[in-house]
Amino acid sequence: MATTSDLDLVNVTKRFGSHAAVDDVTFSVAPGEFFSILGPSGCGKTTLMRMIAGFENPTSGDIRIRGKSMVGVPANRRPVNMVFQSLALFPMMNVGENVAYGLTCRGVSRSEAEERANRMLERVGLKGFGERRVTALSGGQRQRVAIARCLVLEPTLVLLDEPLGALDLKLREHMKIELKQLQATFNTTFAYITHDQSEALVMSDRIAVMNQGRFEQVGSPRELYHNPATPFVASFVGETNRWQGEVVSSSGGTVALQLPSGTVTQGTGHALQKSAVAFVRPEAVALAQSQPALRDLPNRFEGRVSAVLFDGANSSLLIDTLGFDQPVRAVLPQAGPLAGIEVGAPIHVGWTADAMKVFAA
Amino acid sequence: MNPTQRLALFVLLAPAILWLGLLIVLPHVEILILSFSERVAPRVYAFGAGNYLEFFTEPLYWRTFARTAIMSIAVTAITLVLAFPIALYIARVAQGRLKAMLLLLCLLPFWVSELVRTLGWMILLRETGVVSYLLRAAGLADQPVELLYNDGAVILGLVYGGLLFMIVPLANALESLEPAVVEAGFDLGGSRWTVLRRIVIPHAMPGIVAGSIIVFMLTVGNFATPVLLGGKNGLWFTEQIYAQFITRFNWPQGSAFGMLLLLLSSAIVWAGLRLTGQSLGTTLRQA
Ligand SMILES: Nc1ncnc2c1ncn2[C@@H]1O[C@H](COP(=O)(O)OP(=O)(O)OP(=O)(O)O)[C@@H](O)[C@H]1O
Ligand SMILES: [Mg+2]
Repeated sequence: MATTSDLDLVNVTKRFGSHAAVDDVTFSVAPGEFFSILGPSGCGKTTLMRMIAGFENPTSGDIRIRGKSMVGVPANRRPVNMVFQSLALFPMMNVGENVAYGLTCRGVSRSEAEERANRMLERVGLKGFGERRVTALSGGQRQRVAIARCLVLEPTLVLLDEPLGALDLKLREHMKIELKQLQATFNTTFAYITHDQSEALVMSDRIAVMNQGRFEQVGSPRELYHNPATPFVASFVGETNRWQGEVVSSSGGTVALQLPSGTVTQGTGHALQKSAVAFVRPEAVALAQSQPALRDLPNRFEGRVSAVLFDGANSSLLIDTLGFDQPVRAVLPQAGPLAGIEVGAPIHVGWTADAMKVFAA
Repeated sequence: MNPTQRLALFVLLAPAILWLGLLIVLPHVEILILSFSERVAPRVYAFGAGNYLEFFTEPLYWRTFARTAIMSIAVTAITLVLAFPIALYIARVAQGRLKAMLLLLCLLPFWVSELVRTLGWMILLRETGVVSYLLRAAGLADQPVELLYNDGAVILGLVYGGLLFMIVPLANALESLEPAVVEAGFDLGGSRWTVLRRIVIPHAMPGIVAGSIIVFMLTVGNFATPVLLGGKNGLWFTEQIYAQFITRFNWPQGSAFGMLLLLLSSAIVWAGLRLTGQSLGTTLRQA
C-alpha cells in the first residue's frame, strides 16, 4: 500500500495540553488526487496540515510520504510544500526571487533558478512579472505566485491552507476553477483545507469532513452530499432541512419518525435510539399546487409560502408547513406554474422516504 | 489661517523652536565661527583655517581621530552581533510577561548614571577587583590581573552601554516579521542560515541600521567610558576636545575638533546608509 499512495496518516493524534486538536486521524491520498479536508473553524485542520508540513510533531501516530515515515524529519527536508493561509510571500524579494528561492536553497545555480522561475511564472499566467515587488500584485496574482513558488520545486504533495480565504467572492469563484485546472495540468497531489463546503465540493476528488479533531467521513463530493454518514456531515455539507423527532418504528432501513407535533414522516436510516434527527435536501422537496400530483410520495404535507429567497439559480422558498415547527426549505422552480409563486400562496410539499435521512440524535 | 490660529500655532511650536535654536543650532553656529578663528597673538584672533590645519599636521590628533572612528565602528559591530540573538529571542520566542521582563532587564542598567555604571565596571575589572580575585581563586592566575586601562575594557564598557539602544529597534523590526513568512522560508527548503540571511536579516534591516546609527553616535561622542576604563590609553577624540576647551583653554582649536567629529559621524552614517541601501526616513521610523 505504501507504493500506491503519496500520503498516509496512521492514527495521528496531536494534543495541546489535555485538548486533542487532532484525534486519531487515519487517511491516504493517492498520487494526483485533489484531497480536501473540510471542517468548521477550530476543528484542527491547520494543526493537521502543520504536522504534514513538519512544523508540529504528532503526539502519536505516523505520517508517511511515498511510504517513508516523516516523523522527525524537519520541514525543510520534506518533499511537501505549503501554500499558507496568509500566503506568506517574501516581501523582501521580488516575484522572480520568491519563485526561485526554493530552487536556490537546493543549490540550483542562480541563472538556472531564474530561468526555471520565469518558465513557472509563465505557466501560471504571470509572464513578465518577475521583476515586480510582491506588494505590487493583486490578490489573485499573489495567490498564483504562492502556488508557483511551491510547484516549481515539483513536490510530491502541495498543502494548501485555506488559500482563498483572503480573496473577495468573485475572485474566489474564479480561483477555484483556476486552482483545479492548475492541479490537473501539473498532475501534482493537492491536500487542500477549507471551511467552505462549496470550495471543497467543486474542486475535490475526495473530501474528508472533520469535526472536533476527528474525521467524520471521507468520500467523493457526491457520496458526502447524497449519503452522509453522520448528522454532522449531513448538516455541514450542503443546504438541508433538519428536524428532530422520535422513532416510532424501524424495519429494513425504513424508519417512521414522529415529529413533536405528532406528525409521522417516513425516512431511511438505521436509527436504533428513540430520539433521532432527520435531514432532507431542499432540492429533494417536491412542490405542487394540488395534493394529487404528489400522491406517490410517502411524505405529503400542506403549507403556505412564508418567504421567497431569490438568489438566481440558488433561489429557495420557505414554506410554513402543518406539523413542522420550522419552515420547510425547498428549491424555487425556475420554470413552470410555480416559478412566479408569491408569499402567502398555498402549496403542497412532499418527498420520498429515500430523500429523508434519519440519524440517531 | 486666521491670525488667532497663527498665534496659537506659534505658541505651540515655540518651545520646540526655542529648543532647537538655543540648544542645537546656536551653539553649533557659534562653534563653527569659533573654529575658524586663529590666535595670531595673545588675545588677538583672525579668521583662518589654521585650527583645521593643526589637526592634520599633528599626528596625535588625527591618529586619535581615526582610532575613535575605527573603534566606534568595531563597538557598533560587536553590539549588533550580541544584540541580534537577544532581540530575536525577545521578539520571536518570549511571550507576555517574560518579554516585558527581558526588556526591563535591558533597561535596568540605565537607571543608574553612566558614570556610576562605568565605575561599576572598574570595580569589577581593576587589579584588586572581583574578576581578578575570581581568576586567582579559580587558579587561572597566580597574581592579581589588571583588566582595566586597555582597549578591551573600553570596548566592553561601550558595548554594554550601547546594547539597549541596539536591542530595542532590532526587536521592534523583528516583531513585525510574520511567523508564516519564516515558516515558508523553511518549508521551501531553506536551512536556518538561509532563512536568517535571506529573510530575517533583510526584514530587520531598517532596525539594524537604526540601532547601528544610534549606537555609533553614542559611542563616538562618549567621554566618561573611554576615559575611565581606558585611562591614559583611552585616547578618545572627545578627550582631545575636552583638553582643548578645559585644560589648554584653546576654544578655537576645540571647536575645530568638535566640527570634525560632527563631520566624521555624519560621513560614516551617510556611508552606512548608502552601503545598506536604506533611507534615513525609513530608518528613523523604525527607531
Ligand atoms: N500551538 C497551540 N497551542 C495550543 N492550542 C492550539 C495550538 N494551535 C492550535 N491550537 C488549538 O487547536 C485547535 C485547532 O486549531 P486549528 O488552528 O488547527 O484549527 P483550524 O481548523 O485550522 O481552524 P480555522 O478554520 O479557524 O483556521 C483549536 O482549538 C486551537 O485553539
Ligand atoms: Mg486554520
